[in-house]
Amino acid sequence: MSSEVSLSVAGHERRSSRVNLRRKLFAVSTRRAAISILLALLLWQLGASGPGWLGARIPIIGAAPSPVAVAEAWSHLVADPHYWRSWYLSLFRVLFGFASATLVGVPFGLLLAVNPTFRRISYPVFELLRPIPPLAWVPASIIFWPTQELSIAFVIFIGAFYTIVINVLGGAEAIDIRLIQAARSMGASRGNIFWRLILPGVAPSIRVGMEVAIGITWEVVVAAEMISSGSGGAGGGLGFFIWNSYIGGSYPNIVVGMISIGIAGYASSAAVRLAATRLTPWQRS
Amino acid sequence: MSADQVSRGALSLDNVVKIYDPDGASVMAVDHCSLQVEAGEICMIVGPSGCGKTSLLNAIAGFHEIDGGSIRLDGQPLCGPARRQAPIGPDRVVVFQNGALFPWKSNLENIAFGPVAQGWLSRAEARERARVMMAEAGLAGYEDEYPGQVSSGLRRRVEIVRALINDPAVLLLDEPYRALDALTKSVLHEALLEIYYKTRKTIFFITHDLEEAIFLGHRVVVMTARPCRPKRIFEIDIPHPRDYSVLTSKRFREIAAEVAEAVNEEALKSFVRGEKEG
Repeated sequence: MSSEVSLSVAGHERRSSRVNLRRKLFAVSTRRAAISILLALLLWQLGASGPGWLGARIPIIGAAPSPVAVAEAWSHLVADPHYWRSWYLSLFRVLFGFASATLVGVPFGLLLAVNPTFRRISYPVFELLRPIPPLAWVPASIIFWPTQELSIAFVIFIGAFYTIVINVLGGAEAIDIRLIQAARSMGASRGNIFWRLILPGVAPSIRVGMEVAIGITWEVVVAAEMISSGSGGAGGGLGFFIWNSYIGGSYPNIVVGMISIGIAGYASSAAVRLAATRLTPWQRS
Repeated sequence: MSADQVSRGALSLDNVVKIYDPDGASVMAVDHCSLQVEAGEICMIVGPSGCGKTSLLNAIAGFHEIDGGSIRLDGQPLCGPARRQAPIGPDRVVVFQNGALFPWKSNLENIAFGPVAQGWLSRAEARERARVMMAEAGLAGYEDEYPGQVSSGLRRRVEIVRALINDPAVLLLDEPYRALDALTKSVLHEALLEIYYKTRKTIFFITHDLEEAIFLGHRVVVMTARPCRPKRIFEIDIPHPRDYSVLTSKRFREIAAEVAEAVNEEALKSFVRGEKEG
């Protein structure tokens, strides 16, 4: 077996050199990203600086507040607790809706996968409701739920739920039948097969479902906050912040709100990805 | 090698019939197949693609029922007229074509799976036993890697050890070395024989590879094109223990020519019919 031992040593060396390579690539790509963003900001600044230097207004950018104006507005907002409260409200809603969708969606999808009777009863209804877009639920949700907070959370839940269920179900169906046969031939019980095979077998799909779903929740929360704020309740949140800035005519704040949501969405996706990767340690390399 | 080990694992197939009935068009996969496999024998099953050899193996394993005949293990009926489907159990562990290691378990945990699932070892004991068995099989150093991180040849060896830890009466191997390159195969063949000489487990081994069949087997059973039944049974009179020098021996070549002739005829029938693999 000495040949194999030396092979595995070579493998480790290759792996560590790959890590070094990745570090280099990372550095170059980081620099490139920084340059690309700076260039975009520069063009934006030039475009938004008014018709002066080009003789004509550039569409869209020409009507937008310049990055300098946005940065200035932002510097004021950073000290404003209302702005941070918007962050907190949206973030809380997203996490609440997302967590409940995961907590309900994963067992629901697993139940659909392993119990044919349950599937026959509930899957048609599920498929019937699934094409209804989350935002179409907003008015009904406001009517159904006692508080505005709950109705927004429900709409977010709807947005994430279907994605998670469909992924769990698809993942469970994709588990190789031979793995189950192998487990049974080694004496595994039904409970064993569920906990030690189906569950880890579905984990990669749960991970994908969660990663996609967190993105959807941000789309939904912003729209839900805009719509529900129109009904008179001051629900707050980043979506409401944008809408309110629009109504109030403070255009730089609109852009600040947009960028804030971008950052929040990116951060929560990254957090979910990091957490979900722990679900599937065997897929790390 | 003790006597009681070899007295386990005699498989007896009597007039086994297996019919598939997709869309009402019944297709006979196995037709009154009778075969006696002795305890401690390496019995190689060779036949053209789609001939029904895997159906036979699945029936022995208990993955599906049979439509006639009976299968017995050491005299005890597994399935027959009274019960058409054999129970699935660790006395007949299957190693599959493309491997069926659990990708989310380390190699060590894969091997420790059976005894823990059956409840006759604690997790710690099973891991310890798995560690010892891996070392004996030359797999030391790969305990904590996931199957996805090691070569396919290594995976197959892990899988054989995973089957053996259950102390089965029969190992059911369904083309375990398919799709491996010739050099890896030859290493695995010798490793398998090494394990066999230590354990003397009955091995029921399906393959397409004639060289593999003759090199490993006490007997090579050539199956007919579908429906499957033994066409000819070759006693391989090359003495065990064997190593790879056997491959170039005159006797080996003679047997290979005979077996090839028997297989070729059936393969042609199967090919003309356009049988699918698997």
